[in-house]
Amino acid sequence: MNLPYPLRYPLRYLLALAVITASSAVYAQPKSAADGINEYRNMLADGNPAELFEAKGEDLWKQKRGTKATTLEKCDLGKGPGVVKGAFVELPRYFSDTQKVQDLESRLLTCMESLQGIAAAETIKTLFGRGEQKNMEALVAWISAESKGMRFALPQAHAEEKKMLELGKRAFFYRAGAYDFSCASCHGEGGKRIRLQDLPNLTENPGDGVGFAAWPAYRVSSGELWSMQRRLNDCFRQQRFPYPGYASDVTVALGVYMGVNAKGAQSIAPSLKR
Amino acid sequence: MTITIQKTKRFIGTVGILSLAGCATMGAANYGTLTDAMMKASFRSEGIATVDRLQQDDSNRECSQIGTEALPEAKAKAIEAANLKTIKWPTDGKFLGDWKEGEKLAQNGRGMTWTDTDPKANGGNCYNCHKISNQEISYGTIGPSLYQYGKIRGVTDPNAPSSKAMLEYTWGKIWNAKAYNACSNMPRLGHVGVLNEKQIKDIMALLLDPASPVNSQ
Repeated sequence: MNLPYPLRYPLRYLLALAVITASSAVYAQPKSAADGINEYRNMLADGNPAELFEAKGEDLWKQKRGTKATTLEKCDLGKGPGVVKGAFVELPRYFSDTQKVQDLESRLLTCMESLQGIAAAETIKTLFGRGEQKNMEALVAWISAESKGMRFALPQAHAEEKKMLELGKRAFFYRAGAYDFSCASCHGEGGKRIRLQDLPNLTENPGDGVGFAAWPAYRVSSGELWSMQRRLNDCFRQQRFPYPGYASDVTVALGVYMGVNAKGAQSIAPSLKR
Repeated sequence: MTITIQKTKRFIGTVGILSLAGCATMGAANYGTLTDAMMKASFRSEGIATVDRLQQDDSNRECSQIGTEALPEAKAKAIEAANLKTIKWPTDGKFLGDWKEGEKLAQNGRGMTWTDTDPKANGGNCYNCHKISNQEISYGTIGPSLYQYGKIRGVTDPNAPSSKAMLEYTWGKIWNAKAYNACSNMPRLGHVGVLNEKQIKDIMALLLDPASPVNSQ
């Protein structure tokens, strides 16, 4: 989605300003740098550009698209065909039609393919921020916003859901790559940070609107709406792992693990991130 | 034996994880196999970040179990002993380089991702996890503070025989952190070739040279 430029550039300007403030303060007054960053975050919280993505997502849901020229209004996100409110805080979950545990994005791939004729394999191959992936960003922004303020309650009754929880936990602790990192290397303990960035402990409930309960999010630094899939993708990049397939099993399993751990946490998605 | 295991993995990978759905009780061994198959099926190579990075050596395999079971003391000792053997000591016997270059490397968080191309441009990533100099307030806290590293440890003259043990330990820790702590969160910077000998010398100087701001300020 192309944001209107007047909105996009002031945000970048603010970011640049905050970076300059922070870096010049590094050698002068250490405390004012942290204050400056907080001030900058507060300024941004006034208006979240994610709202523009939400509006586009709602339009897309009701728009006849694909080779079948159909809307997504009969898509079952887990609470019955067409029910959007409350669906987000119960995903990933098991779907009997696909016989798979699916997160929001893998479920949307299914709906887009079966209802609209938009090939899932093509979307999976598309880079983030391009083509059909841009539509995906808007859809996840709107769908998550429809559950804003609700509390996470992933179902764990089905054997497949339980299995994905265990696999997600093991994937979370799977050490490999050039740096021997697992997800737990950064997100296995509370009160830690990388540089100045606070790291949520995702092995337990990190609290309302933190970690799993904060994505999708609008990222000010890049002017983009990031889905949970994209968030995970960038985690694996920084973990120095190979490239995770879009909506691949490992990403869904990690979603189950983080989502179940976040039980009762209030969703603030789509949130605002640096 | 190896062949059997690989065949089993391949079988599960191709037949699919789904075929084992519905098993109410599944042993830890089965989950281990399923996890390996899931990782293999979920990732692809991109740039320098190839799928062979998913292969776990003994250290990574054992330390991945922390989420489910504690690592027995004997196993931890064995991992440390094996990693200690991998350390390559400075070829000219000199441990310290230029702390100014070390500071640049400590600041540099680049390298080894699928968007990186030049391995010579790798940084040490040190500030991501450690406080080091007092001037840099943008530091991480996953690792301990290294501020006044040499001073606190009594390294007033790095060339003195009394400093040798600390120099060796620090070199070894940077080269292969798992030699001293089996499941350390720290990457094995020398062992896996993230940093070369000269770069490690420069980081050593940042930590241990009395003239480095880490110790002088």
